[in-house]
Amino acid sequence: MAAGFLTRTARRAGQRLLSSLPALAGVLVFTFLLMRVLPGDPAVFFASGPNAGQAEIEAVRKTMGLDRPIPEQLVRYLADIGTGHLGRSMTTGQPVLSDLRQRLPASLELTFCALLIALALSIPLGILAALRQGSLLDHGVRLACSLGVCVPTFVSGLLLIYVFYYLLGIAPDPTGRIDVFSASPPNITGFLLVDLALTGDGEGWRAAAGQLILPAITMALFVLAPLARITRASMLAVLGSDFVRTARSLGLSGRRVVLVYALRNAILPVLTIAGIVFSTMLGANVLVEKVFSWPGVASYALDALLSSDYAPVQGFVLLMATIFVVVNLTVDVLYGIADPRVSVA
Amino acid sequence: MSSIPVEGVGRAREGGAGGMLRHAVWMLRENPLTAVAASGAMALCLIALLAPWLAPYDPLASNVERALQPPSARHWAGTDQLGRDLLSRIIAATRLDLAIALSAVSLSFVVGAVIGAACGYAGGPLDRSVGRFVDVLMAFPLFVLAMAMVAALGNRVENIVIATALINLPFYIRFARAEVNVRRNAGWVEAARAGGESHLAIVLRYLLPNILPAMAVQISLNLGWAILNAAGLSFIGLGVRPPTPEWGILVAEGARFITTGKWWLVAFPGLALMMTVLCFNLLGDGLRDILDPRMRT
Repeated sequence: MAAGFLTRTARRAGQRLLSSLPALAGVLVFTFLLMRVLPGDPAVFFASGPNAGQAEIEAVRKTMGLDRPIPEQLVRYLADIGTGHLGRSMTTGQPVLSDLRQRLPASLELTFCALLIALALSIPLGILAALRQGSLLDHGVRLACSLGVCVPTFVSGLLLIYVFYYLLGIAPDPTGRIDVFSASPPNITGFLLVDLALTGDGEGWRAAAGQLILPAITMALFVLAPLARITRASMLAVLGSDFVRTARSLGLSGRRVVLVYALRNAILPVLTIAGIVFSTMLGANVLVEKVFSWPGVASYALDALLSSDYAPVQGFVLLMATIFVVVNLTVDVLYGIADPRVSVA
Repeated sequence: MSSIPVEGVGRAREGGAGGMLRHAVWMLRENPLTAVAASGAMALCLIALLAPWLAPYDPLASNVERALQPPSARHWAGTDQLGRDLLSRIIAATRLDLAIALSAVSLSFVVGAVIGAACGYAGGPLDRSVGRFVDVLMAFPLFVLAMAMVAALGNRVENIVIATALINLPFYIRFARAEVNVRRNAGWVEAARAGGESHLAIVLRYLLPNILPAMAVQISLNLGWAILNAAGLSFIGLGVRPPTPEWGILVAEGARFITTGKWWLVAFPGLALMMTVLCFNLLGDGLRDILDPRMRT
């Protein structure tokens, strides 16, 4: 039976992956067109200066492959991506792939911590609000949710810095992942918290966590509202259903009914919107990384973007779309595990 | 006893618009928050229209002697690093922010409603290819897509509008498509078809007006989101350029001084953003309750 379950899950994952391939191919073409067809000539930008001669501009254009026809550029672009060449960043001088690989853990660590905080807060709040529908707590949660989606992440991040860094002085200087004066951290997985825990550096771990906590809370606050709202709504629907009434009438403890029977069913819609929430967070990453000078992929792409450096932006957008597809796939597989009734189709 | 049929007749007669109006008045009385949000939205529009007369100072006039002053009786929201009055700058920014959001949302509403309605009505290859296009758009984190669009199209205000409209588009297309699709074989559509109306006329004169109320809710809910997106784009340095007053730029300028405790430079533009988004969101929720009681949460 376990084997059957595994095959089913694997088949489901495979089919979902296949069906997301056309969208991914569309993404590739779209990023390419976005960056190449539209105005703005990078060759002029990367020539020595505004007074660069025509010959020099032509030379730069040639080394960048910009003198070929658009379809040929597209084919070469696709071939490059197939072999893992995402181009070279003109600003850092490094291959984009290695730049992205080096910075991705910082972004992922931030996003996962934020998601964890958001889930840890929103699910209990949503359940409590549903259990005491119409109570003060319920109204409080709804009010907080309505307000939470209205505050832009960059404003809430800056205000958190003001309160916890300037007023209270308990948060570290909001610049990056590590204190500028500390020794360079170990590099095993790239996830600072994991690396420092592996090397048993308690003090370093606390320092890194201190740097991480404000940006993570900023991002969590932004997605708290949709998660809490959907938990409350689906919990309310489940609590009113027949099987919960039956479980109650059989004399099962309230805790067991809510946490085992009701929650397992109520969590499905939460899983469904977790994908959308993750997409919002990938976008919010850009703003949060900018506010906290976080050395992640988004701030890297933003710097490149403001200096019309194509390759890193293309690589970043592609990476974000790929992560998003993978996340949706994961959500889908999880959904199948949580609810075996969902068919593979 | 006799009151029952009379009441029944009254209900039957008032039907459509009158019933809707009465329902709206009842809803506003039941849900004062919607009334507050509606008046807030109207106040915002007035501020945007009357900005040059409302602002106490010239939003661009600098006065270095009065730089970085905290809020006072003279400058209610304080002054920035060049001594410009922050309140005047926030008021002046209202017009630009609302204009960006309104034009972006109307652009995606018009384009999305027409494309979506055409797909829902025609089905077939058109529907499938548009569906693929929407899938590709939705495969991006939307803010990242908007960022890339503005960067590629050029750093101008029009391009913020286009980028914001584009990331809103999938929702309108899907919404209009679904709403038209469930109605395309309804009795009154069949009747119009049998009466010799062209397909174009059926979509434009019968189907689109029918889905408009539901889409109005979508517009109001999207306005808040559009404002947040546009402000986010200018915060990271895309689109609107300083010294043009815009809420996102005001926050970005204030961000440099937050670690030295100049809170008002971030807090007041942030508050303006938040109140505006809150107004439109609450208004959207209220409109949904009035127009479509089934979707109430």
